[in-house]
Amino acid sequence: MSSLTLNDARFVEPEGTRNYITHDYGALSWLLTKDHKRIAILYLLSITALFMLGGFFAVVMRIELLTPEGDLLTSDTYNKFFTLHGIVMIFFFLIPSIPAVLGNFLLPLMIGAKDLAFPKINLLSWYLYMISAVMGLYIIITGGVDTGWTFYTPFSTQFSNTHVFGVTFAAFIVGFSSILTGLNFLVTIHRMRAPGLTWFRLPLFVWAMYATSIVQLLATPVLAITLVMLMVERVLHVGIFDPALGGDPLLYQHMFWFYSHPAVYIMILPAMGVASEVVAAFTRKKIFGYSFVAYSSLAIAFLGFLVWAHHMFVAGISVYSAMIFSFLSYFVAVPSAIKVFNWTATLYRASVALMTPMLYILGFIGLFTIGGVTGLFLAAIGLDVHVTDTYFVVAHFHYIMVGGAVMAYMAGIHYWWPKITGRMYPEWWARLAALLIFAGFNLTFFPQFILGYLGMPRRYHAYAPEFQVLNVMSTAGASVLAIGYALPLVYLLWSLWYGRLAGPNPWGAVGLEWTTASPPPHDNFHETPVVTWDAYDYPAMMKARGETQNV
Amino acid sequence: MSDVTLTGNVPVPEVDHAGHGQHHPFLQHHFEDLGQQHEASTLGMWMFLSTEILFFGGVLCAYWIYRVMYPEAWAVGAAQQIWWLGAINTIVLIISSLTMALAVRNAQLGRRMATVYMLIATLFFGSIFLGVKGYEYAKHYEEGLFPGVAFHWNEVPALAPKVELFMTFYWTLTGLHALHMVIGAGLLLWFIKRAWSGHFGPEYYGPVEIMGLYWHFVDIVWIFLFPFLYLIHGAHHG
Repeated sequence: MSSLTLNDARFVEPEGTRNYITHDYGALSWLLTKDHKRIAILYLLSITALFMLGGFFAVVMRIELLTPEGDLLTSDTYNKFFTLHGIVMIFFFLIPSIPAVLGNFLLPLMIGAKDLAFPKINLLSWYLYMISAVMGLYIIITGGVDTGWTFYTPFSTQFSNTHVFGVTFAAFIVGFSSILTGLNFLVTIHRMRAPGLTWFRLPLFVWAMYATSIVQLLATPVLAITLVMLMVERVLHVGIFDPALGGDPLLYQHMFWFYSHPAVYIMILPAMGVASEVVAAFTRKKIFGYSFVAYSSLAIAFLGFLVWAHHMFVAGISVYSAMIFSFLSYFVAVPSAIKVFNWTATLYRASVALMTPMLYILGFIGLFTIGGVTGLFLAAIGLDVHVTDTYFVVAHFHYIMVGGAVMAYMAGIHYWWPKITGRMYPEWWARLAALLIFAGFNLTFFPQFILGYLGMPRRYHAYAPEFQVLNVMSTAGASVLAIGYALPLVYLLWSLWYGRLAGPNPWGAVGLEWTTASPPPHDNFHETPVVTWDAYDYPAMMKARGETQNV
Repeated sequence: MSDVTLTGNVPVPEVDHAGHGQHHPFLQHHFEDLGQQHEASTLGMWMFLSTEILFFGGVLCAYWIYRVMYPEAWAVGAAQQIWWLGAINTIVLIISSLTMALAVRNAQLGRRMATVYMLIATLFFGSIFLGVKGYEYAKHYEEGLFPGVAFHWNEVPALAPKVELFMTFYWTLTGLHALHMVIGAGLLLWFIKRAWSGHFGPEYYGPVEIMGLYWHFVDIVWIFLFPFLYLIHGAHHG
């Protein structure tokens, strides 16, 4: 039973069978689709476009920072550029990236379901995303916004004369897109698993999506109501957060970070899920400490709600409050470290196949570790006072978000590309891009740790001349990074027509998504699968195939 | 595997409607059976309500912090409300929750017209609530109790800015609540039409139950708002 289901290289779709792409034709069949796989493709196209937009702002900022003088952009324009870079990358790329693209596509496949529990709500969430994105684009064209992506009061409510209302309203709407995706995933995981697929047989990607969805469900509404209060204050000129009228700007920061710190885990938890899948597939081993990795996702989701005020150490909170939040922030490193150690233990003495997804994940593990450890520096109150609002924070944040989340997103896109499109990407080019991204990333952001430690503040378009060498290195790295990101756009498109046909399971991986055709049929499975094996049962599969792993 | 094969406590007879094969007309194709569909929808609504709790919870948290900071202004602010209008609205909403619950029960029992009548009654009481609320809003606006440029209340000059803050929370909280009521009323119209068309019965009443969950939640929010906004001023301010 298990050998046939797991090892299905012989599984061939009958001639002329329609898959989800050829199931129906015409633009409307895409725009009104309720198929989770098609909605994932819609998301893939939208977030790729917005990633390029966010990248454009970053590139212009890096060019500005080549020289110490503020000669390319005025300081006002620079303010708008870093604000828009942050808003686009966080709300419109990172938060939806892995959940809305890979999660949407894979979750029902991984649990043996025909679709998500609420297909119409799934489509609605994409439309909310698009409405919000179009509003954002309109605002960018008509003047932008300059508050920083955090919309701190009282600047955002009393002083800024840019489009604060429009942008916060767009963020409010895109928040509901995120809530609906999380709600859909939670119900789907609870109620739609195939017979035999118990909780501890679930792939770790599903566990990661589950933990992510909890955070999306419970944190995002707090951001929504905070932005409502901000909009009320800005429109009516009342003082909810304005000290002159009896309000408290610290309250805004508390409420904002109550969402926005857990939001970091919305971005990184799915990346951890991808890492577990890829590590298992390219080492041909069970993930070491499966249940620890699964539970650590839930622990991160829970602890992530208790650490928000470490963003406010210098904002004037009480020293006792700061000490407690500092302690809790150290605590949240424990489950993250559990994951890193378990991946490392899985890699230990395995024969690792260094295909592109694995290269990205090796990069992810290393860069996430650096990002995590520097996060501990920032959680230490004394050190944080020294590096607050410097490039050290920028570097730390990008090591987690770009070195962590984006690297894992790239890994996931490559790993499941054959499943999504039915075609293989060109391995040589993909490896080259992975190496360029890794090298370019480090060259861009490692110097920023040093810059920040030396005292260069963030969010200025001009800086002291002694910082120039490190800034030139950073900008050079950004150019390499840009080439690294441009390559996949080219070769992935190329592969749609010229890529080698993948077959259902090109990696010889286990997991229900590999037991159906590539691309999968409209209903995912011709008959509902029955699961009788644990996740990552590579030993059983290899025994069935007569392969051996060097251990 | 327990969850997916569970049919729960929902009886799932094999209904054969013409043109639909052996499936119930409202069974969506990606579910195994009506039981699974019912459980998924119910869980989805409970999760949605948990986001609603955090949504209202955020603004209530801010309300509470300023209440602790400015207790006098909060007492004076609450004294500007006509408590018996709020009390009437509370009673009206509780009655509407009863009629909503009766609509669910009648849908379960397959009593088509009784379901329709109870939904209409729910809509009726919900509309009374909104009417009273609208009257209060108009009155507050005339009294200069709308925050911002329209704010002219100045009975206790020292407290006026803080009372304005109280009124900001009053309008935000009751406004969000009223918005939820309006959405609920719109949904009720749709449900009245569906119930009239005979969509609901013993094997398929889940949507009415979920509508009920939403309606009761909005009701419960008001149960909190009423004392927070109308009754905290104590006897000496009454």
